[in-house]
Amino acid sequence: MMLSDRRPILFANARIVDPSRDLDILGDLLIADGVIREAKKGIGAAGVPEGTDVVDCRGKVIAPGLVDMRAFIGEPGAGYRETFASASQAAAAGGVTTIICQPDTSPVIDDPATVDFVLRRARDTAIVHVHPMAAITKGLEGREMTEIGLLKAAGAVAFTDGARSITNAQVMRRTLTYARDFDALIVHHTEDPDLTGDGVMNESEFAARLGLLGIPKAAETVLLERDLRLVALTGGRYHAASITCAESLEVLRRAKDQGLNVTASASINHLTLNEIDIGPYRTFLKVSPPLRSEEDRKALVDGVASGLIDVVMSDHNPQDVETKRLPFAEAAAGAIGLETMLSAGLRLVHAGTVTLPALLRAMSTRPAQLLGIPGGTLAHGAPADIIVIDTDVPWLVDPTELKSKCKNTPFDEARMTGRVVRTIVAGRTIYEQL
Amino acid sequence: MTNSPKSSFVLSHRHLLGIEGLSAADITGLLDLGEEFVTLNRQIEKKQASLRGRTQINLFFEVSTRTQASFELAGKRLGADVMNMSASSSSMRKGETLIDTAITLNAMHPDILVVRHHASGAVALLASKLDCSVINAGDGAHEHPTQALLDALTIRRNKGRIEGLLVAICGDILHSRVARSNIMLLNTMGARVRVVAPTTLLPPGIERMGVEVARDMREGLADADIVMMLRLQRERMNGSFVPSVSEYFHYWGLDEKKLAYAKPDALVMHPGPMNRGVEIDSIVADGAQSLIREQVEMGVAIRMAVLEALSRALPNA
Repeated sequence: MMLSDRRPILFANARIVDPSRDLDILGDLLIADGVIREAKKGIGAAGVPEGTDVVDCRGKVIAPGLVDMRAFIGEPGAGYRETFASASQAAAAGGVTTIICQPDTSPVIDDPATVDFVLRRARDTAIVHVHPMAAITKGLEGREMTEIGLLKAAGAVAFTDGARSITNAQVMRRTLTYARDFDALIVHHTEDPDLTGDGVMNESEFAARLGLLGIPKAAETVLLERDLRLVALTGGRYHAASITCAESLEVLRRAKDQGLNVTASASINHLTLNEIDIGPYRTFLKVSPPLRSEEDRKALVDGVASGLIDVVMSDHNPQDVETKRLPFAEAAAGAIGLETMLSAGLRLVHAGTVTLPALLRAMSTRPAQLLGIPGGTLAHGAPADIIVIDTDVPWLVDPTELKSKCKNTPFDEARMTGRVVRTIVAGRTIYEQL
Repeated sequence: MTNSPKSSFVLSHRHLLGIEGLSAADITGLLDLGEEFVTLNRQIEKKQASLRGRTQINLFFEVSTRTQASFELAGKRLGADVMNMSASSSSMRKGETLIDTAITLNAMHPDILVVRHHASGAVALLASKLDCSVINAGDGAHEHPTQALLDALTIRRNKGRIEGLLVAICGDILHSRVARSNIMLLNTMGARVRVVAPTTLLPPGIERMGVEVARDMREGLADADIVMMLRLQRERMNGSFVPSVSEYFHYWGLDEKKLAYAKPDALVMHPGPMNRGVEIDSIVADGAQSLIREQVEMGVAIRMAVLEALSRALPNA
């Protein structure tokens, strides 16, 4: 993993937010030897070890580094879109200290040797932690389950077919059943490919006006309903990869009320943008599943605030000009997000709809818990993966300054308030906004 | 003809369709009789005349080597006229229904019909249409009573008892008639039974059939006296029920390391045919703790015992 910095650092006079312990105080945080020593009021006043670097964080927030549960990285096979090196630079600048990469690469991450390759490659080239998810089915074909036991043993933190949905209910049932024996998490993109058909955006009046084929919300809810019934049947551990509409929240709430082992993510795009933002066929806002209505967006935000939605992820998906500079219907879906997810999320905080601890819980603590990986906490002894946030600094998203290899950000030229100013992984500062 | 059994055990059933319905006394009677036939089978003169004049038809709708051969040999050693019919040569191929086949065979006046069929319940269906005794040689994933009996005889000869032993049955329980018959027999005889398999290969509700359930071999084989491995069919090991041969063998295949989780004197069984390197490692299959070859020997003896005990109750006996 990362080289750790042994030097003690005291972050003094900060607002310390640790959702893992419901901690939100003004105080100090001490790190040393690459791990967190303690976070409380008055450490500085009580005296710190000799040689401690004291950083005054008055007016700033200290929080666990973000754990981005869904980011597509081009390795192996599409390094021209993104590499572990470039993605981790973008992550560092966005306050993401752990990236969970997706298996829909070339070759697909569906065997233990490829998991091993990804881990080695990331170890050698990335400056943040990288954990892969492995495929649920061989070749993402939706037919035969992968070696879930051996893949998990090799280091896969969860299982997903990426942006593909498994339509065969028998395959899903058996996979959930088999995965349960290994306590493996199944992460499923719920979008029925037949109902989606040739649709390219949310099915709505707006799509009708643009003359674009719509994707009904039922494409999502039908599969989600089916999956949750299979979870009830099998007792498997299930995570909806990206829910987008109010109806899905109802389905999710019912499953959670029943006590099923079910959790869900929403992407930062669906929480901060809606279908109207597509405007004049802006392909950078073409994502999968599609952006929905403003009512859906508001419902999702409420879901994050209440904890019904467990995780907020970037759904980082680099696409370059030849896949995006096309008529809307022909353009590839996907938006980059590692670098902007925190700032975009702060929009919700500033609007008063989500509290900062709730946002950080969904972007850091919950994903780490669900995946069983370190991070997401400022508890004593945890790795010093932390971020310093200035919640009030205004800035403009300039695509040319983004670290990602591709510049397909839906927040092109957007005004933001608040950003990460320092990112620390294992005690080592890997990004600093000067 | 000097050979004649000392045991006078009579199976008080017309058919042997399954272990279900047999009492502990029935099972013990069959095992005792089987023991006598083991002795007989080891002599130069292996024949006896108790089934002389009887006609035994082996009707196999599913291919089989050891079961069919051992029933044939068992019948012949008891003096019966034995005829083999297999699905490939029968009228079933030409579209005849199971019931019509039964009626046709019935008209030939067999005394004993030995049937294997791929559908659960098919043997019982045939039996209901026939006047002769029917022995189930395996129906679908339901029962394979003579396998469970030969396994019991093998266990009893090596451990001296069945009662109180812990038997771990490992592998594809879901599709296994061997597992079902063994679970019933071992429970009837007072053994403790544990099934070990990935959940995809366990029938839902199995825990209500009088077994303990374990999902991994370490937990599953702990304290086991007998480790009974089951065959995993090839079409089930490539992603449908389990991901691959290598993952299956890694977690559920019996090798020396996993066998060490069981008692030091644990014995290994397999109904055959084995998939070496899938459910069992060759070192274990051929090792000192393996009873696999003895099981085949017991197969002939126990089938003679079943034929003998049933024939004694035939109406014109």
